[in-house]
Order: sequence, then structure tokens, then C-alpha cells
Amino acid sequence: MQFMWRFRVVLGSLLALGFAGISGASAQEKIHVVASFSILGDFAKNVGGDRVSVTTLVGPDGDVHVYTPSPVDAKKIADAKLLIVNGLGLEGWLPRLVQSSGGKATIVAASDGIATRKLDGHADPHGWQSVANAKIYVANILKALSAADPAGAASYNANAEAYLAKLDALDGEVRRAVATIPQGRRKVISTHDAFGYFADAYGLAFIAPQGVSTEAEPSARDIAVIITLVRTGKIPAVFLENISDPRLMRRISAETGAKIGGTLYSDSLTRENGDAPTYIDMVRHNIKALTSALTS
Amino acid sequence: MLYDALVAPFIDFEFMRRALAGVIALALGGAPIGVFLMLRRMSLVGDAMAHAILPGAAVGFLFSGLNLFAMTFGGLIAGFSVALLAGLVSRVTEIKEDASLAAFYLVSLALGVTIVSMRGTNIDLLHVLFGNILALDDQTLLVIAFNATITLIVMAVIYRPLVIECVDPVFLRTVSRAGAPAHLAFLALVVINLVNGFHALGTLLAVGLMVLPAGIARFWSRDITGMIVIAVASAMLAGYLGLVLSFQTKVPSGPAIILVAAGIYVISVLFGNVSGLVRQLFPGRHLEA
Repeated sequence: MQFMWRFRVVLGSLLALGFAGISGASAQEKIHVVASFSILGDFAKNVGGDRVSVTTLVGPDGDVHVYTPSPVDAKKIADAKLLIVNGLGLEGWLPRLVQSSGGKATIVAASDGIATRKLDGHADPHGWQSVANAKIYVANILKALSAADPAGAASYNANAEAYLAKLDALDGEVRRAVATIPQGRRKVISTHDAFGYFADAYGLAFIAPQGVSTEAEPSARDIAVIITLVRTGKIPAVFLENISDPRLMRRISAETGAKIGGTLYSDSLTRENGDAPTYIDMVRHNIKALTSALTS
Repeated sequence: MLYDALVAPFIDFEFMRRALAGVIALALGGAPIGVFLMLRRMSLVGDAMAHAILPGAAVGFLFSGLNLFAMTFGGLIAGFSVALLAGLVSRVTEIKEDASLAAFYLVSLALGVTIVSMRGTNIDLLHVLFGNILALDDQTLLVIAFNATITLIVMAVIYRPLVIECVDPVFLRTVSRAGAPAHLAFLALVVINLVNGFHALGTLLAVGLMVLPAGIARFWSRDITGMIVIAVASAMLAGYLGLVLSFQTKVPSGPAIILVAAGIYVISVLFGNVSGLVRQLFPGRHLEA
């Protein structure tokens, strides 16, 4: 797929030209924080509040697995005081970018300290899907922000405390919602393997044809295994994601009679007017889609 | 045992039957086109065309978001424009077809990237546009089948001028004026087959099942009719065996089909009837009167 690579590079540089004009003017005294994708950006905004300006490299509805950075991304990193990444191999494209940008940003891996799941020998990077892990993410971000800007530590602490309380409430909400789904029906199929942590934390089973990264292509065997599973295991619903090709899921649904439960948001938030502009909205949307497809 | 390996997957799973039908339709339409592309030394045109369709897909995306129909339709128009303009330029000027196609596809790619960036998104349009053989729905299957039918009919109509043009264009120009229309109709067929192939099956399969079978056929036959028959047959065989391979092992289907075709190609290079390596090393005894 050499031409795809070439295409992304060209696309990236053109996007850079487009954005360079817009992002020129921003407030001086704010701490510049760069997050690798939209969910981390949302955490950083909630902890940082007014004192920081947060930019994300991979924006809403973008795919962090296959993203190719542009020169403007390198510029953002060069200007940043703090760079928040997920770690666990999610942002494979990032290390070289950090080196080449020549910036002095402190890099913090937000997933530090979560209990990682293993998938085929690699760590599953989608840690934020469990709300308990999200709290660890927020704690890491709080620590890093306070270190980068000691004067604001008190304000960050207060923000984080308020946000963590909201996450606690959210966690309870999810548990109550899952409890309404009958035990035997807690099984779904989703396009790529992004919900492992969610599944472990809340006791649902997710099966995915695409594997952990959205870039991998499924084999006929993978699809056959899933279809057999659906037929024998009576899995009631399949779900789409906002960042992958819906056609495969429609095929599986047509062949097995499992219904399409709607869209789940896994690796990316949506724009302001979408279903999931913030992390909390995203989790709420997902759990609502799951319960309504599985309880009926 | 053999039944389980070779037949059962297609009996048990509808998506396998659909994939097989898709591959057969693609072989019927794509392989003959591949043979002519090879004879015209344009085998690399497929990769170029994948870039050329981008502005059309991007305009479709601008107007109707991630709508596959609009994006494919736009891609078809862009592909047609590039192919026809490139064909016209190479006919009326000195420049060769590959060079003029390269020029036009670069222009097209640059336009496409500009249009996508105006929308300010990092969605990889081609990633979304390119399909997967395991996910063929009714609509896509009908489109591929329709497309193969049209291709065969048009090829039948323009067959004679097309063949003569491949071998002796100057002669054709002295006896007939069918050369230009046949050439342009052929380019249009190339675009239809490629764009629909991308949409339904992904780039690798669309280009691969066009080019590799033609290469295979070259080693087994000297006349064009024979080549076309062998190309279609080997494309179908590669498609079937590739699907079985992808079902039995865990190789993704697109690469599996192309790898099988590549295997047949290597065998042909070694043992082919016409200029195969073994044949050259150990030529048969000359017939003596």
C-alpha cells in the first residue's frame, strides 16, 4: 500500500498549510498541552480548566491507529510544555514525530499504572474504555500538569477532584445499566477489538473481526468463526464504530439475523454536535446503545 | 476430508459464496482487460488510477459526506476524465501513453488532496472507499456483475480494432478510423473495472486480478484469444484457491488470492510453454523433415 502512505503524507502537508494560518494567534500566558487524540484531550481540558490550552493531534472522528502526522503537528509538539499520550503502543507514529519536532515537552503516558490486558502477546492499548482506568488516566494527567505548572497545582487538584467525582457517578451508572441486561444476553460483536477493558470491568463479552488495530484486514476464517459463534452462542446484536468500515458488520448481521445495535464510540470522540463530544457523553452513549439492543 | 477443505466453506457460509461470485465476476471482466493492458505495456496503470479517482471521491464526500455511492460515482467521473484526457493527448501528440497518464494522475491527485483538505479532516477517504471481498452486499454484487457484463459486450464490439491496434497501429490507421474510438472505449472499460473493483474488493485485488493472470497467460499461449481464456481461467482458479486458503489459514482474503495468483505466476515463469525458463534451458528436439 505504498501509494496510501504517499497520499497520507501529501494530505498531511496540505492540511498543515491550511491550519498554520488559523492557529497563529493564541493566548500567551496559558500552558500549552498537546494530547495525542480526542479522549485524552477531553481529560486534559477537564483537569486543566482555564489555565491550559489543549490541542489534540488526531481530532474528532479520526483514527488514531493509522494516523499520519503533519508538519503542523510537529509544530504543536515543539510549542508544547506537556505532551499527553496513551502509551501501550497505541500511537506508533508518535515517537519519531517527537524526536523530529525538537521540542522540550515533558511526555506523560496517561495509561501508566493501569492493569494491562494482553492480546496475542501485546498489551491492549484501549485502557480508557473502563471508567476505573479513566480515573487513573486523570490522576496521571493531574500529576504531570502540577509538575509542569506548580503555581496552578491547587486549581488542577480542585478540577480533578470534581471530575473524578463525575467519573465515579458514571461508573455506577454503567454498572446499574449492565445489571438490567439478562445474564445470558451480555454478548455483542463490534468492528475492532477496542472494548476489552470495558468487557472485563463490567462483565460483557465483545468479539471483533478486525483485531486490535483498525488497519488489519480480517481473513475468511475470522469471519467464519464469528458467524459460527453468533449462530451457536445466540449473540443478539452487532455494533458499528465511528472509525471503521460498516459493510463487514452489515454482512455478518445479514447472515446471522443478529440485529445492528447502532454505533459505539471507541477511539475517538465526535464533534460538538455529535453523539459523543466528551468522554462522559461517549460512555453514556455506548451503554445506552448496548442496553437498548440487548434488553429488548 | 477433501470435501471439508474445498467445498464445505462455501456451503456453510453465505459470505464465502458471495466472495466467490464476486471473484468470478471480477475475473471475467478484469482478466481480458489485463491482457490488453499488458500488450499495450500499461500494466502499471491500475496503481496510477487509484490516485486519479481521488478528486472525484473527494467532491462526492464534500457534497454528501461519507456516502459510498456519491464517492464512487465521483471517482468514476474523475477516472474517466483522466483516462480520456491522457488517451487523447497521447493520440494527438508525440508523448507516450504512460507518460501522459502519469502527468494527469498527478494533477488529479493534487486536486483531490486540496479538496479533501478544504473540508479540514484527516479521514483517509481511500481507506473508507476501498472495500473488502468478505463484505459484499447485494448492491455491490450486482454492480460487479453488471460491470463484468458490460465489459465483455464492449470488448466483443471493439475486439478487432483493439487487437490490430495493439500489434500494428499504423496499419490500422491506413485501413480504418475505428482506432481512436476503440482506444477510448477500452480506457473507459479500464476505469469502470478498476473503480468498481476498488469499491467492492480493495485495490490489491482489483489491480492484482487484472495484471497477474495476464502475466500468467503470456507464458502459455502465443495468440490473444488463447491468452484471454487462460487469463480468465487462472484468475478464477486463484480467486477460488485464495478464498479456500484464507478460510483454512488466517491469511486475509485479498492478499491470499493475490499470493495464489503469484504462485501460479512463478510456476508459469519456470515451466511455461512459451519462453518459460525450463523450456529455454531444455528446448525440445527440432522437428525434422
